[in-house]
Amino acid sequence: MIPVGFDYARPDSVDAALALIAEHGEDATILAGGHSLLPVMKLRLAAPELVIDIGRLTELNYIRVDGDDVAIGAGSRHREVEVSEVLATEVPLLPAVARTVGDPQVRHRGTIGGSLAHADPASDLPAAVLALNGMVVLRSPRGERSVPITQFYTGVFSTVKEPDELIVEIRVPRAGAQLSQGWAFEKFTRRANDWAIVGVAVVDGRVGLVNMGSTPLRASATEAALADGASIEDAAALADQATDPPADTAATPQYRRHLAKVLTRRALQTASGG
Amino acid sequence: MSTRAKVEITVNGRPTSADVEPRLLLVHYLRDTVGLKATNIGCDTTSCGACTVLLDGESVKSCTVLAVQADQQSVTTLEGLAELSPGGEPHPMVRAFRAEHGLQCGFCTPGMVLAAVSLLAEHPDPTERDVREGLEGNLCRCTGYHNIVRAVLSAAGKDPDAEQRREAESDAARIAPAFSTGEAGA
Amino acid sequence: MSILGTRVVRTEDPVFLTRGATYTDDLTDERLTGALHLTLVRSPLAHARITAIDVEAARQAPGVVAVYTGADLGLDPVVLFPGANKGMKRPWLATEKVRFVGEPVAAVLTEELYQGPDAAELVEIDYDPLPAVIDLRAAATDEVLLFEDVGTNTAAGHGVDDEPAADLFDGCEVVVGHEIVNQRLAAAPLETRAAAAVWGSDGRVTVFCSNQNAQGARDEIARWLGLDRDRVHVILPDVGGGFGAKIGADPEFALVAHLAKLSDRPVRWSESRSENMTGMLQGRAQRQTITIGGGRDGRVKAYRLDILADAGAYPRLGAFLPQFTRMMAPGTYDIERLDTRARVVVTNTTSIGAYRGAGRPEATAAIERAMDLFAAEIGMDPAEVRKCNVIAPDKFPFTSKGGVEYDSGEYAKAIDKALEAAGYAQLRAEQAARRERGDAKLLGLGVSSYVEITGGGAYAENASVEVHPDGTVTVLTGTSPHGQGHATAWAMLASEHLGVPIEKITVRHGDTDLIPRGSGTMGSRSLQTGGVAVYQAAGELVELAKQRAAELLEANVDDLEVDKERAAIVVRGAPGAKSVTFAQLAEQERLQVDTVWDGQKPSFPFGAHVAVVEVDRETGKVTVERLVAVDDAGPVLNPLLFDGQRHGGIAQGISQALLEEVVYDSEGQPLTATFADYGFPSAAELPSFDLVDMQTPTPINPLGYKGVGEAGTIGSTPAVQSAVVDALAHLGVRHIDMPTTPLRVWEAIQTAAKGAE
Repeated sequence: MIPVGFDYARPDSVDAALALIAEHGEDATILAGGHSLLPVMKLRLAAPELVIDIGRLTELNYIRVDGDDVAIGAGSRHREVEVSEVLATEVPLLPAVARTVGDPQVRHRGTIGGSLAHADPASDLPAAVLALNGMVVLRSPRGERSVPITQFYTGVFSTVKEPDELIVEIRVPRAGAQLSQGWAFEKFTRRANDWAIVGVAVVDGRVGLVNMGSTPLRASATEAALADGASIEDAAALADQATDPPADTAATPQYRRHLAKVLTRRALQTASGG
Repeated sequence: MSTRAKVEITVNGRPTSADVEPRLLLVHYLRDTVGLKATNIGCDTTSCGACTVLLDGESVKSCTVLAVQADQQSVTTLEGLAELSPGGEPHPMVRAFRAEHGLQCGFCTPGMVLAAVSLLAEHPDPTERDVREGLEGNLCRCTGYHNIVRAVLSAAGKDPDAEQRREAESDAARIAPAFSTGEAGA
Repeated sequence: MSILGTRVVRTEDPVFLTRGATYTDDLTDERLTGALHLTLVRSPLAHARITAIDVEAARQAPGVVAVYTGADLGLDPVVLFPGANKGMKRPWLATEKVRFVGEPVAAVLTEELYQGPDAAELVEIDYDPLPAVIDLRAAATDEVLLFEDVGTNTAAGHGVDDEPAADLFDGCEVVVGHEIVNQRLAAAPLETRAAAAVWGSDGRVTVFCSNQNAQGARDEIARWLGLDRDRVHVILPDVGGGFGAKIGADPEFALVAHLAKLSDRPVRWSESRSENMTGMLQGRAQRQTITIGGGRDGRVKAYRLDILADAGAYPRLGAFLPQFTRMMAPGTYDIERLDTRARVVVTNTTSIGAYRGAGRPEATAAIERAMDLFAAEIGMDPAEVRKCNVIAPDKFPFTSKGGVEYDSGEYAKAIDKALEAAGYAQLRAEQAARRERGDAKLLGLGVSSYVEITGGGAYAENASVEVHPDGTVTVLTGTSPHGQGHATAWAMLASEHLGVPIEKITVRHGDTDLIPRGSGTMGSRSLQTGGVAVYQAAGELVELAKQRAAELLEANVDDLEVDKERAAIVVRGAPGAKSVTFAQLAEQERLQVDTVWDGQKPSFPFGAHVAVVEVDRETGKVTVERLVAVDDAGPVLNPLLFDGQRHGGIAQGISQALLEEVVYDSEGQPLTATFADYGFPSAAELPSFDLVDMQTPTPINPLGYKGVGEAGTIGSTPAVQSAVVDALAHLGVRHIDMPTTPLRVWEAIQTAAKGAE
């Protein structure tokens, strides 16, 4: 299938990109790796007038320790997250999650910023960053602001990002050796490169859920129970509280609730070394 | 409507250029603008991998890359794989696919071969499981993947029989520990 | 030494692996220069009246040469498959009503490929929605009719008028039954459908298309367009998989030819995957009621199979295939009493045709489920029940209650070989141990015994073999390979007689001017018909060469033989005597033979599969750990190709059991119309397969060959489904419909747990 025609710009800096976004408003769309945008454009579900390609901006392509955080340029590809030595040491959950996104070809192109911006509740990385208590750094001609990921998502495919803003960085707390309760990622699919039917990212007693509602969610009841000293089994049994899982050909909401509990238990057990 | 854009893409070591619509997909650039027809289109959801090519050495699905995104970059298709091989001999992956009967109708083959080349570049010493998971982005309807997996193992310099036996034994040890190959004869 | 039976790598591959094959959409044939691109506007609704079509805006779009609706074509609706209700005609482009999502309504011709979808979006069609009928039982009530003037949704009936035998189960100690679904599947060859057509100044049309049978496609295109068949020339370029869904022409091919006529330009068309998933023929789609009866000693006495089959919106070959299911209903078993019938109904869905196995997997799945149910009811091991009911080897040829004569078989031996290779007894012990321990990962074992009919569509095939003066050989065949490797296999068969190395033998196929007669590749027919024909033709060519050589060498024909090393005729036992090569003979006079082989019968390959699965008791996820396959299709010509066919078939069979299903919602919207949604497996979901050899020749041809193209699919599906159910048997689960998705397995466990409370 073939996208509707559009104009194309490849600005040579973030500032130039922001100026274009400001100029064209909602007629323009940002293209980074293109693996969220181009599929919907090919199905003609999206038809922007201008595509602004930020995929080559090296200033968005870095993964480095920055104080108590690891700062990840929004243009970092899934493959780069997967093999990052900094992340392997400091935030090992993220490479483990990135490794399960799509397939190798998709991971060579797709970016972490694009994945977070697309706001698909079935996407893995948003739930992982949520479990990590990460921050999303947004920049616009008006300046830069950091939004905790817990406040970033507002619904299916929607976020608090303003039309003139661009995700430039994702910050996640350095964990590494400080992890008291470990980390794990459980992803349940029918086929290896399917979207998760349900996914669970666990880090340091926090639990992020994939595909259990209109946004990535935290299993707050589970987290609270763990903090109160509940057993893993008992805490995991609360994982579907305050979720609103979807129905589709792969799963009923009831089945997703069940999976969320089972996967949460397994992830917590793995994280605790058990 | 859209303005056109000039692209310059090195394809199989040779410079190519054209004025294209920005919406032109890389796969159509390769097939229709450059005229290299080995790269196939098997789906429209970035699922099947038939259109896989190497972009600056990494496997990508050329149905989900715009030609303008590949501007000033380098693309390798099946036709160019020979040029990666010393002396213009068939590429080791190509030889292995033939020797192991890793293709039938041939439609997934160009993409599968390039995905496999990229896989070995990243995992030079894969197990059978690594190969299976590493090819998750490429669909084949003919071979059941059995011989594709053997071909990739063989191209990695491994003995596919030994690798498949090892995988089977490790499965057996897991499925029926008391009766796995090692103990069955005891 | 004979080349037959040896492992020979394919002659097709060097091109396929360096330049790539040339599929229809790859053609740069000069006859297609300046071809227009066809984009079809397809119905978004499953059942609706068309109240208005406005194409004016589309006609004004850039690059548009023409836009056609059904009214512009001058073609009447046509009966696509004469074996079904003849009132159920398909329009070329729908004018009054649409009957499935994806039905073509308008055709847009553009100069460039990318202009097509832009213009197609501008075609405005007003629909008045009608209630859709998707469920087979609802369709059978005729409450919603697809063809009001026909007055029924029944497209065909097979044995439906026979009185059901009331006393079928008399004397049976145990009678069990179940309603089961053999779900709708998409063939999903990696190459979608494609066609290109150009008219010559001689009034003939050349149609390039992706297909499994050039001659059949030619005949259909001619019939549908009302042309003399001599005016249609069909050429098949390389074909990227078919699996039954590319047997014969599709209406789009004829439409491409017709539009090339109307527009006076060559026209080409290649569909997208989304179009393919609603437009291409799909397979299976049977709802079966099985009932089986017998004694507690394990002997089955009677079996009933009632089939309600889906034809889709416009009947095609799928309206006939349940007849194959009935024919093969008793499988490998010697059952005294059999009762089968099938009703085929139309629904607001994509048409049903052949998909790998085409009627036989449905038969095997049904009888194997029945055997499992019976075994569970009497508390006997399912492998044992099968062994005590299979037809004994001394009974062949065996006329089954399905009304066909099985040629040869050793069914119990195949089961034993599979059980032994799998380590069945040890696995049963491990299964028991896991159940005892309450493990989260349950082990399931499934055994299938199968026999199928191959070459059942057309028993005869033609072949031509010619040696050229340069020593090369050309073989012409009426078969139509699309991945099977006939270029290699037929060359081996010719080489066996001639001694010419296979690299010097070119096999040509799929061009109706070059090869006017042929029945194509389908139903696992090719080797036992087309291959044997090539072998016979090469043999006849040797005889012809000997007659000519006798004169030259001044020897008696009976004293001559072939020196395979030199591809020459020599005098037997006279080293150093005069000889003449085939090439030299060809220099003097054309050396060519045309022949027809007619085996007059189908053959019946058989085998047994054992599947070992692990079921995650908490999530319902199934992993296939092992698949052991004994597939006996007679002697093996080339083990490389033979095993390749088995691998592919097994993968598709496993996938039916676990993953794949075409799903519609109640309004007829397809929910699995892309590869993102349809459960097509990758390498990561499958294991390597354990193949066990067994070779029992058929008496119906001199080489003993049967067909193997569909065996893997037929054997593996019931083995895997059975293994999944077996893993949960101790919980009281007796059946789970395919595909046995995690959701369905989990729900079965929940239901069983509730039942146990």
